[in-house]
Amino acid sequence: MANPLYRKHIISIPDFSREELELVVEPAARLKASPRADLLQDRLIATCFFEPSTRTRLSFETAVQRLGGNVIGFSDAASTSTKKGETLADTVRIISSYTDAIVMRHPKEGAARVASEFSAVPIINGGDGANQHPSQTLLDLFTLRETQGRLDNLTVAFVGDLKYGRTVHSLAQALSLFGAKFYFVGPEALAMPDYLCEELDERGISYTIAATIEEVIPHIDILYMTRVQRERFDEAEYKKIQGQFVLRADMLRNARPNMKILHPLPRVDEITPDVDSTPHAYYFEQAKNGVFARQALLSLVLNETV
Amino acid sequence: MSEKVYARNVEALKNGTVIDHIPAGMGLRILHLFKLTEYGERVTVGLNLSSGHMGAKDLIKVENLVLSEEQANELALLAPKCTVSVIEDFEVVRKQKLAIPEEVTGIFSCANSNCVSHVEPVKSHFRVRVTEHDTKMKCKYCEKVFSKDIVVGNR
Repeated sequence: MANPLYRKHIISIPDFSREELELVVEPAARLKASPRADLLQDRLIATCFFEPSTRTRLSFETAVQRLGGNVIGFSDAASTSTKKGETLADTVRIISSYTDAIVMRHPKEGAARVASEFSAVPIINGGDGANQHPSQTLLDLFTLRETQGRLDNLTVAFVGDLKYGRTVHSLAQALSLFGAKFYFVGPEALAMPDYLCEELDERGISYTIAATIEEVIPHIDILYMTRVQRERFDEAEYKKIQGQFVLRADMLRNARPNMKILHPLPRVDEITPDVDSTPHAYYFEQAKNGVFARQALLSLVLNETV
Repeated sequence: MSEKVYARNVEALKNGTVIDHIPAGMGLRILHLFKLTEYGERVTVGLNLSSGHMGAKDLIKVENLVLSEEQANELALLAPKCTVSVIEDFEVVRKQKLAIPEEVTGIFSCANSNCVSHVEPVKSHFRVRVTEHDTKMKCKYCEKVFSKDIVVGNR
């Protein structure tokens, strides 16, 4: 029997069941331990990046090529027919007739869902505006499993921009299928959106809003840091909150031994460099895991069995 | 045409639908959103009519047209207290029930200006969820959740 993700579009985390999320995590671990160079042999994958990206595009392209597949694509919409006014629907129709799957990033929210309605091959969403970035969540889940040995009943603190951070929203939605407990730490103006809190309430997930990073550190398995973007605030407001949501090594004294710090990167100044050398820092390994999680995802979408 | 027949043509409806008790100011929007002028049938619109319990109301009569159940349900999102009467041979033969639909396609625009549905050849699509305090609409494309009034007041 084909795996449940075979030939499926990968658009949004709420489309996934708990079993499907676990399905990606397993082969990601296997591929990290023993690389395979044959899973995408003779496959051609398009990476269509209508807006720039560094890690996502390069890690998808690395994943394809390490699995023996080939890549075509573009990294900027300026050089495509979009510039001439072609709709995304038409662009996708054409590219899907050339390739076995399309990985895409687009500045408009919902772009990947629209693409999936016009594509003959699976669409993998590499980010649609501020909406979803499912492969980031899959690599986050893989990293949680790798560091904690499980996905069930983890206690996770999300810090920083909880309002606009799509990685935070998607990971919270995914972990709510595994009975997690959350702490939300961030400026009031960037609090978790109501609709997400309502979703968590409906699933019986407990969450606590905390004022400082220090007070949550002794209680958590994962500290998920995000960047508070300066442009969200006026100068005076920013000065007030600046420094409040910054993690320094001396704040980690009471951390559990298993506690790991994750960050979707790029970080700017929300994690000071002295944290990098602590046993809790795991964000660079997390970024590296992006390749394995994407390898697992592509393998499952393009092969009946893996 | 005699004066009497002319007056009856405007005021009474032989066959068709009367949408009554529309909150004043919403009649033209309903006409526009449901494209009621595009059926080629005679449409009579009353605006700011006096109404006992509403103060003022709008009213729409469309000849030879019966709203589908889907349209009636979509109307429930806009004007839940309006009444929809089906007329046959000048008599009201039934009142259509208005129930909030679970999904609504193609009528309302997404309130998120960065939603791709504004620029691609797709119909808007919302999943509707009635909560204790509010009715929420979730866009299928951008996945944003809005209070119903934000979406239905958006056009």
